[in-house]
Amino acid sequence: MQPDATLYRRERARLIAALARVFGARQLALAEDVVQETLARAFEVWTYSGVPEHYSALLMTAAKNRALDELRRQRTARKFAPVIERALESEWTLRPAIEELFLPAALRDDELRMMFTACHPDLPVQAQVALVLNILCGFAAADIARAQLASQAAVEKRIARAKKLLATSPRQFELTESDFIPRLDAVQRVLYVLFSEGYHGASDAVVREELCREAMRLVRLLLDHAPAATPATHALAALMYLLAARLPGRLNELGELVALTQQDRSRWDGQLAAEGLSLLERATTGTEVTRYHVEAAIAGLHASATRMEETRWDEIVKLYDLALRIAPSPVLALNRAMAVAELRGPASGLRALDEIEGTERLAGYPFYPAARGELELRSGHPELARACFTEALKLARNEGERVFVTHRLAACSGA
Amino acid sequence: MSQFVFLYREATTPTPEELAARMAKCLVWFNELEKNGHLVQYGHPLNRTDGRVVRKADVTDGPYSETKDIVIGFSVIEAKDFEQAVALAAACPLVEAGCAIEVRPVLVL
Repeated sequence: MQPDATLYRRERARLIAALARVFGARQLALAEDVVQETLARAFEVWTYSGVPEHYSALLMTAAKNRALDELRRQRTARKFAPVIERALESEWTLRPAIEELFLPAALRDDELRMMFTACHPDLPVQAQVALVLNILCGFAAADIARAQLASQAAVEKRIARAKKLLATSPRQFELTESDFIPRLDAVQRVLYVLFSEGYHGASDAVVREELCREAMRLVRLLLDHAPAATPATHALAALMYLLAARLPGRLNELGELVALTQQDRSRWDGQLAAEGLSLLERATTGTEVTRYHVEAAIAGLHASATRMEETRWDEIVKLYDLALRIAPSPVLALNRAMAVAELRGPASGLRALDEIEGTERLAGYPFYPAARGELELRSGHPELARACFTEALKLARNEGERVFVTHRLAACSGA
Repeated sequence: MSQFVFLYREATTPTPEELAARMAKCLVWFNELEKNGHLVQYGHPLNRTDGRVVRKADVTDGPYSETKDIVIGFSVIEAKDFEQAVALAAACPLVEAGCAIEVRPVLVL
């Protein structure tokens, strides 16, 4: 068994979540140090002996023992989690208290607790996302910088500031209803952003698929914990599954971006789509309709159309109207305009594009001029289309987008 | 056939990520050695941060080394001759990672 990078990241996240529980969220840095040492030691030993079968349990035991050492050594120097503070008074109570914190059921909750801890209301969303990526997904600052289109230094600062804020919080987060419910919205939003950065973001393809996979793993954690498994959480999970089902079709054999309407639908992942649709069904048990419900419903309609011609564009436009009423967003409006174009023709689509409010927020977004170009081309105005695609090319954020736009530019000459 | 001790030396402390990455490669290298009958003993990694040096006069804290790199582990390898032993060491991923390997023949009568 050779652990790959993903596995390494997950083990690290699991260990940090467990130790943060032991030391208290205020001692996050200490938890990270102990995990770092545990992993370094493990990999050094395993270089000679190979990775043992039950490496995960072994790592947890090693981390537990290190935690005990650390607690004994620093019992007077630091403040730990309340349950540990009491147990620290005697060696008789310390070990049982630690053992209890490392029982499987407790460990399962640790990552969940960590997720809610990271979504602290005083932190900006980008910082919450960075923290989740760093602590719960084990990404290094350089990877997060690529995902968030920020410099590594900026991301490091973002994470350091966030950790500092957590360290000064008066008490740690508990999985009780009173703490839990008010923060659920924030957790959902962070997972939504995390997935979107993977799905629509501008970093390279490998990082992006990992982001989507991590968002789906974390949303499953929410689904497994009853108070978090609300209709909105189901809808969010449905949205992720339905979009992820299309991932294999988003790139062609050459690794180039393909527009939704041009994709080879036989390459879509049928099983993910089916799971997404069943999650969507379970999301409709309440009365609440969230943005996740509407966006999942749109993705569901796309997933259900086995051929492009079968797409229910009328329903999709209606859903976009609803989505825009719940949470206005220029990117959603852009997608709506393209749906309008499919339903009523390119001229209507162009008019819808003109009406987008907050167009200035789309400045710098290459798919806005690219969408215009597409519709101008379909209206039989290749020269206007060419100007739009030329602008889009200037804005393209990575090789994939550049190739995509270049192909559309070539199509202007062919028409 | 002669036996050689490989002493792995390193000047810097790698991150767990780097250790994980090199571990996978080292396991492949060890497997290859074993398959070809070169591996006498896997040996052991050694604690980088702790050690004592015992002399007649006193005991000092280590790890102790004349140079700035520290012995981080050892293995016992069997090879046809010095030349082959050095070639085996040169193929070790640790060398690629910036470590030094000291190849020392086991002294026989």
